[in-house]
Amino acid sequence: MTALLEVKNLEAAYGQTKVLHGISFSIEVGGITAILGANGAGKTTTLRAVCNMVATKGEIVLGGKRIEGLATEDIVRLGVAHTPDGRGTFVQLSVDENLRLGGYARADKAAMLADIDRMYALFPRLGERRWQQAGTLSGGEQQMLAVSRALMLRPKLLLLDEPSFGLAPLLVREIFRTLRQINKEDKVSMLLVEQNAALALDLADHAYLLETGRVVMSGTAAEIKNDDNVRRSYLGY
Amino acid sequence: MDAFLHQVVAGLATGGIYAAVALALVMIYQSTHLVNFAQGEMAMFSTYIAWAMIQEGMPYWIAFVLAVAISLVGGIAIQRFIIRPVSNASVLTVVVVFIGLLAIFNAMAGWFWSHTIKVFPSPFPEKPVFGKLISNHEMGTLGVTLVVLILLYVFFKYTPLGLAMRAAAQNPISSRLVGVRVSWMLALGWGLAAAIGAIAGMMVAPIVYLDPNMMGGILLYGFASALLGGIDNPWGAVLGGFIVGVLENVLGAYVIGTELKLTVALVIIVAVLTVKPSGLFGKVIVTRV
Amino acid sequence: MKIDNRLLALAAIVVACVLPMFLRNFQVFQLTLAMVYAIAILGLTMLTGFNGQISLGHGAFYAIGAYTAAILMDRFGVPYWATLPVAGVVCLVAGFLFGLPALRLEGLYLALATFALGTALPQLLKYKLIEGWTGGVQGIVIIKPDPPFDLPISQDRWLYYFTLFVLLVMFVIGQNILRGRMGRAMVAIRDQPMAAAAMGVDTAMVKSLTFGISALYTGVAGALGAIVIQFVAPDSFNIFLSISFVVGMVIGGVGSIAGAIFGGLFIQFVPNVAEAVSKSAPWAIYGIFLIVFMFIMPGGMAAFFKLIWTKIGGKV
Repeated sequence: MTALLEVKNLEAAYGQTKVLHGISFSIEVGGITAILGANGAGKTTTLRAVCNMVATKGEIVLGGKRIEGLATEDIVRLGVAHTPDGRGTFVQLSVDENLRLGGYARADKAAMLADIDRMYALFPRLGERRWQQAGTLSGGEQQMLAVSRALMLRPKLLLLDEPSFGLAPLLVREIFRTLRQINKEDKVSMLLVEQNAALALDLADHAYLLETGRVVMSGTAAEIKNDDNVRRSYLGY
Repeated sequence: MDAFLHQVVAGLATGGIYAAVALALVMIYQSTHLVNFAQGEMAMFSTYIAWAMIQEGMPYWIAFVLAVAISLVGGIAIQRFIIRPVSNASVLTVVVVFIGLLAIFNAMAGWFWSHTIKVFPSPFPEKPVFGKLISNHEMGTLGVTLVVLILLYVFFKYTPLGLAMRAAAQNPISSRLVGVRVSWMLALGWGLAAAIGAIAGMMVAPIVYLDPNMMGGILLYGFASALLGGIDNPWGAVLGGFIVGVLENVLGAYVIGTELKLTVALVIIVAVLTVKPSGLFGKVIVTRV
Repeated sequence: MKIDNRLLALAAIVVACVLPMFLRNFQVFQLTLAMVYAIAILGLTMLTGFNGQISLGHGAFYAIGAYTAAILMDRFGVPYWATLPVAGVVCLVAGFLFGLPALRLEGLYLALATFALGTALPQLLKYKLIEGWTGGVQGIVIIKPDPPFDLPISQDRWLYYFTLFVLLVMFVIGQNILRGRMGRAMVAIRDQPMAAAAMGVDTAMVKSLTFGISALYTGVAGALGAIVIQFVAPDSFNIFLSISFVVGMVIGGVGSIAGAIFGGLFIQFVPNVAEAVSKSAPWAIYGIFLIVFMFIMPGGMAAFFKLIWTKIGGKV
């Protein structure tokens, strides 16, 4: 299987503070890769680095093409959708407008509008609130909106930053079920950052463990899940 | 009673001009948190361009449209080349650059077309249609202003580009994440503001006559209107413009005479900033320590 | 060989004292005006450079000082030199009072409010109700003072030395204020207002006081200016005067005391030269210089000269 995204020796810094010290990982086409680690390990920074939202050094290759240094909006237009931490909802705009913005970069306008209806089918709760101001939605609904907005791009690669954060378990299961469905049906590759290791390892097929900006372990999700150290430190048993 | 009604209606007409200027100011403020001190001089310069074209024999409305188009492009250019490089600098730096623009436009107008006062034609017929209530030009100004406001509303609410501009102003980071080219949206915002300013200038010039210092007082009213309505609220700015226009006329006719009108604008500005900085309809900003 | 900064200042003063002997009356008059503007710009740079409060309306305090002097001399026969302290006090109070509501305004909004003040001022000065005092549109004409003790020099030269004296006194006092506790409080508020307040600096008092002192300086300059030009009228105190002070401050160097002198010289002499080309040239030059300086030389001429001075071995 070919790699959709290949990252080699990625370093990243906020001003003078270096956060990533040369990490390497890859995602296969149609695969789901999880990046695990404690708070401050550099998980969010990794996603931001892929989108050039933070100063970086190293190689980032998307579909055979080097993308480091490209403007964020140009990387997005290559098919990379990013659900940021905090969700990045356009709080003053309506749910519908948020979704339309998700499809802004697409040339096929008619198909884009059809996709909006598809999102409402996937997440009926959003459909009920389609004209409501997005800032008035609950946390879970905003997360659904964030994922839908990203999917509106018909991305090749979906970057998800802590999709379970602050959500009730039932809702989280619903969202992750939908993610699995999208991955299978639309062949959307995913890079998933999660503090909730158990959840992530259930969804992903590969995983990397980050500690203070370095990869300390990598392998298939099954391997990682069965590792004693990981179980003790990150899975709690 | 007739006289009072006339003052109110005439106030609405000039209020339309203040609303346009205020709207231009708010558009730039919303996306950049900057107040364009040079807005008035840019509008004046656009008006001179229209005047020059009319002098060469061009029909009024063609000159009007061309002047608006030139202003649109000019506004975009100014944002790209002069404002964008300093957009992350200190407030003082940005304010100084705006004042520099003010000075340059004022000087260029005087250079190209001298300081002698010129007559700017009104496109509306001379013969009064509405009797003593309101002159044709005032009515026409009101009409043009309303058309512009409606067009802008439709643009921002129903077109993808308008949606992208609103998004870029509200949340630039998330906008990038959906592929919106935020810096071009900012430039377009400047272009639109310049275009609106040009329209305001061309509507007011027949009344106050065209000279390089024509827009100074009007800019002040624009500030007062924008602040009164809420500097981050476009509809507040528009409403503020109409309120200030009527207030100016009524106070001028019945309370303080016509000579202290600018002081009224000053008082409104200082009063709003000290008593309720977010204006009538703006959002209250809480600074987190 | 390291040259002391103070020796340089002394040399400058000596040159300033000797210069009028080589110049015609009119040129001496122009230099006097440059010094007047330097004092005005020093007032502005204290407020904006040291305390971070942006004023686009300092022409208003200049006007208040000018009109105070004119009214005292013309209506009440007060001697010219006595008008300066009065103008200073009047502007100190006016500035302090304006500074109080201005406390709530940050950066851009204060710039907006002062811009409004500067724009509205000429109209206010022409107001019918106060015409009895201000002379309305025509303004007030003052008689040029004679040198004291029947000194055998022209009125222009006397005023030059008088202004030079006032300038030196005010600059020395200004430097003492700015390098002392008050100055440090001002800078602390400019750079980190919340930290300054947390450390016990009475932010409100310092900011209002700074406004008052700044207005005092510009007001005294206004009084001097009125005496030197012998004339005050509303239209000479429009927004472009306020902007001229900003230009002088930026060219000289925001927050530089010596820079105020560069600034004064700049806004006095550049228009003279530029106007020969075109009536509009001065303001085109001002505008271009403002933008160019913000792009490539934000520290103004003072920073530029400091750079050269340190390179040739002077002690800063």
